[in-house]
Amino acid sequence: MKLSLGRWLLPVYAVLALLFLMVPIVYTFIFSFNDSQKSNITWRGFTLDKWLNVCNVQNGAVCEAFGNSLIIGAVATVAATALGTMIAIAIVRYRFRFRSGVSLLLFLPMATPEVVLGAGLAAQFLSVGVPKDMVTIILAHTMFCISFVVVTVKARVASLDPALEEAGRDLYGSPGQVFLRITFPLLLPGILAAALLSFALSFDDFIITNFNSGAVTTFPKYIYISASRGIPAEANVVASAVFILALVIVVSAQVSAAARAKRLAKSG
Amino acid sequence: MAFAAFATTTSEAEQVPRRKSPVALLLLLPGILYLVLFFLTPLVSLLLTSFQAPSEFGDIGQYTYAFRWENYVQVVTDYLPHILRSFGFALIATVLALVFSYPLAYFIGVTARRWPLAQSLMLVLVIAPFFISFLLRTLAWKQILSDESFIITSLKAVALMAPDAHFTGTPAAVIFGLTYNFIPFMTLPLYTTLERLDLRYLEAASDLYAHPVEVFRKVTIPLSMPGIVAGTLLTFIPAAGDYVNASRDFLGGPDSQMIGNVIEANFLVLQNYPAAAALSIILMSVILIIVSIYVKRAGTEELL
Repeated sequence: MKLSLGRWLLPVYAVLALLFLMVPIVYTFIFSFNDSQKSNITWRGFTLDKWLNVCNVQNGAVCEAFGNSLIIGAVATVAATALGTMIAIAIVRYRFRFRSGVSLLLFLPMATPEVVLGAGLAAQFLSVGVPKDMVTIILAHTMFCISFVVVTVKARVASLDPALEEAGRDLYGSPGQVFLRITFPLLLPGILAAALLSFALSFDDFIITNFNSGAVTTFPKYIYISASRGIPAEANVVASAVFILALVIVVSAQVSAAARAKRLAKSG
Repeated sequence: MAFAAFATTTSEAEQVPRRKSPVALLLLLPGILYLVLFFLTPLVSLLLTSFQAPSEFGDIGQYTYAFRWENYVQVVTDYLPHILRSFGFALIATVLALVFSYPLAYFIGVTARRWPLAQSLMLVLVIAPFFISFLLRTLAWKQILSDESFIITSLKAVALMAPDAHFTGTPAAVIFGLTYNFIPFMTLPLYTTLERLDLRYLEAASDLYAHPVEVFRKVTIPLSMPGIVAGTLLTFIPAAGDYVNASRDFLGGPDSQMIGNVIEANFLVLQNYPAAAALSIILMSVILIIVSIYVKRAGTEELL
């Protein structure tokens, strides 16, 4: 008797909390169908127009910003994933001097507020005289993604059974063959997770980008600049499309992982 | 997500491997060099910039290297309210996010253990806000909570809010925005520790006649401490340096500007680089001091 209220309290709370988290997402999605003129604040009726003509507003400014974000995200992801994976392998597999120094150097970027990272890099580019453009944004994004890659891949390297690589060597595999045909495929899920995370971090970054972008506009920067004069519904279209794509990728990964776990449980 | 991985590393003691090889150096060098060039030296140039003096014959935005420590006195006298506000707002938002997230993480990580698929789908919903632009989310709240919005007009209609009161543009709105935006950073590490919580400890405590409240206070909370520490840090640090929520075009107003807004304005608009640099150094030092004291007191020192 005493427990009946308590038993329902937590699930009801969890459902309400999750709904609360969805509120601005649903709002953004709904307003991507708004038949708005210049600013997208009041509801003016349903239209598919913005979805069909995303790139036609302001000479395609939304799409150009989105394209820049994709290029920056892709390059920074490849660079950060390569550098971070190498560090992760070294940390788990080898003994080296200045180990705690390396750990600190990897931890600090995650414990530093973005505004400090952004202002620091901007101050450095300023004193060296480097003009701010796409390259400086990519350099900045690669920097803050490395630590997150190391943390993600490290867990995967640690769970790797060294006996598998030993078997490869025993069968006369060269170090290169052992890495390419055994180590790398086994690390791949961790590396892919790290790459996805890097891309997400880079794609949504505004604070560091704002300090190091000069005249280049990324998607978040475009939103920040237009916030004062009203954001066109096309921005909602781009954001909603990205959201749906990300959701489909993550949910299908989760469902297939659950299905695999079920199969394994049955066969074992 | 990495935030979950970040929480994991807090509890797993790291073993130092035996093997020594020149390969290690080759693997480490590129990445470490990169971080030295683009993380460490920028901090040094920030420190140098913070002591710069305006050049004698230069235009606005021209500075020469000097040791003008008065820059620090100047920014603290000019911007003390902003500095205090940043840490105050971040602290309140962190506490609110913890109170909001703990029951949610407990439900997903403990109660929902029997249904793994539901568990992972709920986790997807927790990280779903990450999939939509941080700035658009914040702007959406600005519209939802604007003076003409359904929520605010209804609150005024039932006299829960004064007719001439505003929500957007106030400190409360900024704290609300910070809390909302950093909830996933709090929920994920909490979930990671609660998911591995051994329920037999809770059973043992209640078998020994502990009241449920006592079980929670003396067993559940201490066992979930690594998640609490990781979550509060992942919320507090970005919240203290944030300037999007407090920006006037988003949820902030004239009396809710934070240190990040002042750094942005000084660096990108006023071209007062020394002031922006000094404020950044102050922000980073205070955060490092708070974090190291907090981590020591919470008793989890192996953060990475």
